[in-house]
Amino acid sequence: MVDKNSPTIVSENKPITVGLFVTCLVDLFRPRIGFAAVELLERAGCQVAVPKAQTCCGQPAYNSGDNAHARAVAANLIDAFDGFDYVVAPSGSCAGMIREHIPELFADDPILADKAVALGRKTHELTSFLVDVMGMPTAVAAYQGTVTYHDSCSGLRELGVKDQPRRLLKGVDGLTLTELPSSEVCCGFGGTFCVKYPEISNKMVSEKTSAIADTGADTLLAGDLGCLLNMAGKMSREGRPIRAFHVAEILAGMGDGPAIGEAGEDLSAFADGQEG
Amino acid sequence: MSSSSRDEILGKIRKARGRSGPIEGFERDRLDARLKSRPRGIIPQKARNTGAALVQDFISRAQGVEATVQDISALSEVPDAVATYLADHNLPAAVKMAPHADLAQIDWTQRPTLTVSEGRSFGQDKVSLTRAFAGIAETGTLMLLAGPEAPTTLNFLPEHHIVVLKRSEIVGAYEDAWDKLRDQVGPDGILSRVVNMITGPSRTGDIEQTIELGAHGPLGLHILVLAD
Amino acid sequence: MQSTSKNFKANSTKALADPNLQQALGKMKVGFVEKRAKARAALPEFDALRDQARDIKNHTLANIDYYLETYEAAVQKSGGVVHWARDAAEARQVVLDICAEEKAKSVTKGKSMVSEEIALNAALEAAGYEVVETDLGEYIIQIRGEAPSHIIAPAVHVLKEQVADDFRKKHLHLDPKRSLMERKELISEARGVLRQKYLDSDVGITGANFLIAETGTSVIVTNEGNGDLTQTLPRVHIVIASMEKIVPTLDDASAILRVLARSATGQEFSAYTTFSTGPKKAADPDGPEAYHVILLDNGRTEMLGTEFEDMLRCIRCGACMNHCPVYGSVGGHAYGWVYPGPMGAVLTPSFIGVAEGGHLPNASTFCGRCQDVCPMRIPLPKMMRAYRRKEFEAGLAPPAARFGLDIWGFVAKRPSLYRLATRMAIGLMGWRGRKEGRFKSLPLASGWTDHRDMAAPAGKTFQDMWDKRQGARSAKDLEREAAR
Repeated sequence: MVDKNSPTIVSENKPITVGLFVTCLVDLFRPRIGFAAVELLERAGCQVAVPKAQTCCGQPAYNSGDNAHARAVAANLIDAFDGFDYVVAPSGSCAGMIREHIPELFADDPILADKAVALGRKTHELTSFLVDVMGMPTAVAAYQGTVTYHDSCSGLRELGVKDQPRRLLKGVDGLTLTELPSSEVCCGFGGTFCVKYPEISNKMVSEKTSAIADTGADTLLAGDLGCLLNMAGKMSREGRPIRAFHVAEILAGMGDGPAIGEAGEDLSAFADGQEG
Repeated sequence: MSSSSRDEILGKIRKARGRSGPIEGFERDRLDARLKSRPRGIIPQKARNTGAALVQDFISRAQGVEATVQDISALSEVPDAVATYLADHNLPAAVKMAPHADLAQIDWTQRPTLTVSEGRSFGQDKVSLTRAFAGIAETGTLMLLAGPEAPTTLNFLPEHHIVVLKRSEIVGAYEDAWDKLRDQVGPDGILSRVVNMITGPSRTGDIEQTIELGAHGPLGLHILVLAD
Repeated sequence: MQSTSKNFKANSTKALADPNLQQALGKMKVGFVEKRAKARAALPEFDALRDQARDIKNHTLANIDYYLETYEAAVQKSGGVVHWARDAAEARQVVLDICAEEKAKSVTKGKSMVSEEIALNAALEAAGYEVVETDLGEYIIQIRGEAPSHIIAPAVHVLKEQVADDFRKKHLHLDPKRSLMERKELISEARGVLRQKYLDSDVGITGANFLIAETGTSVIVTNEGNGDLTQTLPRVHIVIASMEKIVPTLDDASAILRVLARSATGQEFSAYTTFSTGPKKAADPDGPEAYHVILLDNGRTEMLGTEFEDMLRCIRCGACMNHCPVYGSVGGHAYGWVYPGPMGAVLTPSFIGVAEGGHLPNASTFCGRCQDVCPMRIPLPKMMRAYRRKEFEAGLAPPAARFGLDIWGFVAKRPSLYRLATRMAIGLMGWRGRKEGRFKSLPLASGWTDHRDMAAPAGKTFQDMWDKRQGARSAKDLEREAAR
């Protein structure tokens, strides 16, 4: 569950520093989510840096039983995020890996065990960081549409992310939230699962997209890009006219850009730091 | 085979636990004490009513699992209650009754058309009449004990099972029923061969997950709650 | 039972293409989940009771030799016999020996997953006994020549119409023109047919949900009443139970019972919870003359003291499979052995080895719902992950996956190489996919694009754009910015 007490002593007059763990999927597939996260963190009064040396949280190896590689990659991460008050990721899955599992990986390591635990304690999923740590009451943005929300598994069950994104969405002008009845059921992504067991994954995502369509919503939101790529890809293949965004994009007022899988991405606006 | 298997299994357990032999000394005393004291855990609030509310809990929860319940104020009302139940369910006028001292007091002469026989069942009886040991309000559960006065077959073979339960025998939680039972256990400390906890009539969901009553055991469970 | 766990993928493909199975699974998924949620909501102490149940079992497992010996002495005192069986073969032999000694001809059985685990029916039939399963679901699959596909609802994969067909083929002595349209008619027919079987049977075999050390008692939890008839009517009652079923006292069993039915079927309490202690006493009017208990190890002692010990808390409620999206997609038979779903993904490699059952722990998205609903708070994903590690360490993971992980690991621990590689790949993919915004097929990701589109990457990585923007890179950068 979310640790509401700040693990780091942050002095009153010194601004809070956040290292953004952008996650590999956001880095590669949808950089605008990274910019949305930066925007939200800055609005909350944080100073944000993006360590260059970050790559991946190690989950692909960890979940494949390859602990040696997972440890090597995670050690790099521990190093990269040294010195920040907090580490924030726009993903419950990666934040869960850092909070819950990286400390397990180094439990017997005489040098890195404490550092891994410390990193875990200061790492948060984006929406839970904004609400639980920064006390952001709600977001200020606009989006015209009826949205439904999928609760990604790791964020929900490892980190207790459920109410935080909904609370933030309440402040979005023009947005109506219609709850998805099976919002807590896995979408079938599961990292490498979706390519190792494509048929089962397909069955799961088909049930998910038909439940999404049944809500009548025109937009799907979630807090993990992996799940979103899966569901958006299925809806696109099925020809369903439902758009998909990462919740951070809507909260940061970036819902006017192309949805996931839509053409027309133009990143030039972000390059000079003039967005939002 | 068995003794060497026993030794090997116990040996593997002890090895996994880092012991070379049985638990001894203080640790063993502690375990012995736990067995004797039988610590109770959490007793849910819903099992903690007393008096009339406790009885009402039992009745409504038994009804909630499709048992039927009828209040009677004296044993002498049993023949009427049984006859009415049989008529309502289109059943032949015959009952197989447990050879229980309480039930033996019932005067059936007021219902001469009703055939009442005593003993165990061999599967031919449509209706049985037995005596419960306790009612557990927590889930509307009956506790019945096997013994010379209580054939187990009467609880399961007939299509309808009628049970006499005294109001004073209704307790809150399962643990309360065990304590009541422990007071009754003989000097050998051995439980009745069978203790049946019965919560509503027999049912199955094995075909398409839809509950139907009367799978192998009784289709009907009728509880006569006797004021005392 | 011969395992087909290795063929999980092929089994799944078959399951996904079976319309009857898919229809049956659709019904199951909703029913069990809703009922459990309702039962949980109706008991405010439910989660505290789960913690307590976990603690009781942990205490018992820590001292299990003491409790087993205490239990054994209590059974003997009540006139029963305890047999210890190291493995399936020994357990089967004990049953066969008892049946031979009793000159039995026919055997009836209550539902028991342990008897499936030791493949008891086949052994009894091979020795010439008539074996009849009496639980309705088990009876249906016995007629069909199948294994259970769910631990508490063995015939969950079978539709009503299929049961009617099976009954017509099996019950040839009944009027062929009879109606079998309704569930009630099917249940009534099974009741009639099986009634005689109980009465004719010499030996009744049941499993046990609990064994109670305090009193030497075995407990079965059922709804139909078949287990009670199975253990009451024949001359001999054999209980076959795995050793971790032991709990200290009647009160401990009651405490765990509070979470069992609620987690399994969503009932507050099952219709019949039966506590049996020893054989019929001299003055008892009915009951078996002999009472035997077989305590089965079959791999459990190997789990003690390991990272898989938590699994020995399992009370076989089935909540993990009821809530598992993978089980819900492919059903129980795809798992290929006795225990399906998340519990099976841990028990199968534990009991029959990683080489045989190692596929199952991989077939999970780690969504964590199983752990979330487990009444005994068993960390199922953690154990599945541990089996993946064992499989990987033993070199049993597919070579392509190992090769991929090697490359990935090599790149991902070298940030500058990582950035170069991702920049190139993403630049290429972004350039190819920009017009459409998505791919309909990708040569190396057909597992993905066979079923869904792949959103095209933006063409530039966040990291490169952050460079362009000259964004802060470290805590020191931020300090410098603040100082300015």
